[in-house]
Amino acid sequence: MQEKQLKIALVGNPNSGKSSLFNILTGLNQKTGNFPGVTVEKRTGFSKMPDQTTAQFIDLPGIYSLYPRSLDEQIVSEILLHHKSPDCPDVVVVIVDATNLKRSLLLVTQIIDLGLPTVLAMNMMDLVAKAGISFNLIALSEKLGIPVVPINARTGMGVDQLKKVLSQEVSPSTKVIFPVFDEAKSGVEELRNELGIDNNYEAYQFLQQPTSLSFLKAQERIFIDQVKEKHKFFPGKFHGAETVQRYGFIQNLLDEVTLEPANENRTSQSTRFDKILTHRIWGYAIFFGVLFLIFQSIFAWATVPMDFIDGLFASLSNYLNDVLPEGPLTSMLAQGVVPGLGGIAIFIPQIAILFAFISILEESGYMSRVVFLMDKIMRKFGLNGKSVVPLISGVACAIPAIMATRTIDNWKERTITILVTPLMSCSARLPVFTILIALIVPDKMVWHFFNLQGLALMGLYLLGFAAALISAIIIKLLINVNERSYLIMELPTYRWPKWSNVGYTIVDKTKAFVFEAGKIILAIAVVLWVLASYGPGDHMERAEEYVLQESENLRLTEQGLEDRVAAYKLEHSYAGILGKSIEPVIRPLGYDWKIGIALVTSFAAREVFVGTMATIYSIGSEEDQTTIKSRMRAEINPDTGGPRYTPAVGFSLLVFYTFAMQCMSTIAVVYRETKGWKWPMIQLVYMTMLAYVSAFIVFQSFS
Amino acid sequence: MANGRRSVAQMKPGEVAIISELEDDILSVKLMEMGCLPGATIRFNFSAPLGDPVCISVSGYELSLRLEEASTISILN
Repeated sequence: MQEKQLKIALVGNPNSGKSSLFNILTGLNQKTGNFPGVTVEKRTGFSKMPDQTTAQFIDLPGIYSLYPRSLDEQIVSEILLHHKSPDCPDVVVVIVDATNLKRSLLLVTQIIDLGLPTVLAMNMMDLVAKAGISFNLIALSEKLGIPVVPINARTGMGVDQLKKVLSQEVSPSTKVIFPVFDEAKSGVEELRNELGIDNNYEAYQFLQQPTSLSFLKAQERIFIDQVKEKHKFFPGKFHGAETVQRYGFIQNLLDEVTLEPANENRTSQSTRFDKILTHRIWGYAIFFGVLFLIFQSIFAWATVPMDFIDGLFASLSNYLNDVLPEGPLTSMLAQGVVPGLGGIAIFIPQIAILFAFISILEESGYMSRVVFLMDKIMRKFGLNGKSVVPLISGVACAIPAIMATRTIDNWKERTITILVTPLMSCSARLPVFTILIALIVPDKMVWHFFNLQGLALMGLYLLGFAAALISAIIIKLLINVNERSYLIMELPTYRWPKWSNVGYTIVDKTKAFVFEAGKIILAIAVVLWVLASYGPGDHMERAEEYVLQESENLRLTEQGLEDRVAAYKLEHSYAGILGKSIEPVIRPLGYDWKIGIALVTSFAAREVFVGTMATIYSIGSEEDQTTIKSRMRAEINPDTGGPRYTPAVGFSLLVFYTFAMQCMSTIAVVYRETKGWKWPMIQLVYMTMLAYVSAFIVFQSFS
Repeated sequence: MANGRRSVAQMKPGEVAIISELEDDILSVKLMEMGCLPGATIRFNFSAPLGDPVCISVSGYELSLRLEEASTISILN
């Protein structure tokens, strides 16, 4: 018989050690999904309990209070306030940083009042002891009416005790810390009777913030509004008074349970670090040093595993072609699905490295200092200090970067960050940049130190970054919303990162990318294959005859013939027809229909450019970049008689790829994050226009 | 001391004061949740290199605020 599985939610302030506790409890036995309807990550995992049952743990985003400030905080209030939902946890574990007990207790008291069975896990008790403070945990437990367990989420100490407490029946606290105000009582009562809510504070929360609770049905909202009006309920006034009342309780509580007064030297070490890390020269120097290290590792160190993955999928594709019987299914597998999967897998090293860095920076507490350093500068551009993280992540991939904007609580700043992040040159542009730069920029050294091609590449990254900032200013002026922007952010104490947490983050983010973005990339790869493999009329079936007729006088080798047939097929496929039909539009940029095909296919994902080029110029194996390069170099422009890829065309293409929104997965993520088609469409249009106009200017002024 | 109202935005690094009032209704609920309550002790630690935001200590931890927010927190002289 399947016993009912205990559902346990982990709730706590940011930096309280919640994720460490989750990782210790569940190990690798965890998975990341999404909360329904939003892209806020939902981490769930399983753990064996002392009574041999298995309990499910849910790691909720860090919050300071049940009143959410940003989107990822909102999900916590929704889960804890929707008692009728099957997702509602059986037990809530609130984890607190014991060195910061006063502020942490605010959330604890709110959760106790919700009437859910609650356990308090006191983390970092070792640091408390070091600071010469000690708490009477028995008294604390009595006053709050819930079990209190001291733990150390870094070493795992106390976790067994926590599990033991959890596997016993935990009942809700009988204490009511904040009885709702007398003025609010009648409204709360009416709401409870009408909607069948089983707890005063829950009903009170419904009245306080119906807009942030998306599970409420339309008529329930209308009813709540009526109740608010009828009973003169003032959410803002009550909220402030509630906080004051709770802190009053907390102060009395702390006076009773604190056995030694705190000495004020605890943060002195952090302050010493801050003297350097937020210094007006060293602070920025160190930040740029860190950025340089990240770029260096993404571009230099990641190439080894990337080349390996690339080769692996190429040989798999060839292998399938060889062993499977010829036919459309084989062709789809070998030319559609496998390269599609390869196109996803190749980004794994860069994404893993990027998130290793981001996780280390966040774990150590340095990321908050970066926000602190950059906020004033970013604000000038309509962004927020917190926009720095998405912009840096955008260098690897815009998809996780856009998901990282959820921490920005201001709607306007978040939207602008989402809109400009794809201008940061992501790793998918790298193969395109590499091949085009190799084609048009000489491989020379300047001043014996800088490689000219390397400089060109860096220039393109800076160009993307500059475009992101300039676009941000313009969008800032265009979006006419006067929403108050603020930054009230904890600067956590510096801590040595916990390496297992870094490891879990890498696994987690990489998995999310592979499955989320992967689905779309794979689907597009298959669609592209169809477009490039089929065409109207009999040109596709009888391609070989046509080619033979055309090239009777040319003594073609078998390989040469095959390549020509492939090129002929592409020209007469739907993709080819599409390329030809857009030729008039792209001619002013210096492109012909062949490049047109590459543009059309790259709209799905830019990295397809190199593969498409290989097929168009009929090179059997697309892995051999030197061949593509020499073939592209040899291509003649029939109008001028000179080479097709002149510096003007090359730079025009480079600029186009820097600015254009050519990534279906990004559009899909923006659609989900902004909950509609408006912003992804605006983004698509403005970036394409920016790309077109800039490429036009570059081509016309160079040629 | 001058009789005018002083706010956290006017504090000097290292200075300690007591919060007397939160002037802005919307921000006050957020600031209070973060431990900035009337009567609480507050210490101004340092400002960011460009002068904004600033770092303060309150309720036993460090919090950063923009000058705009800091100026809504009145202190006792």
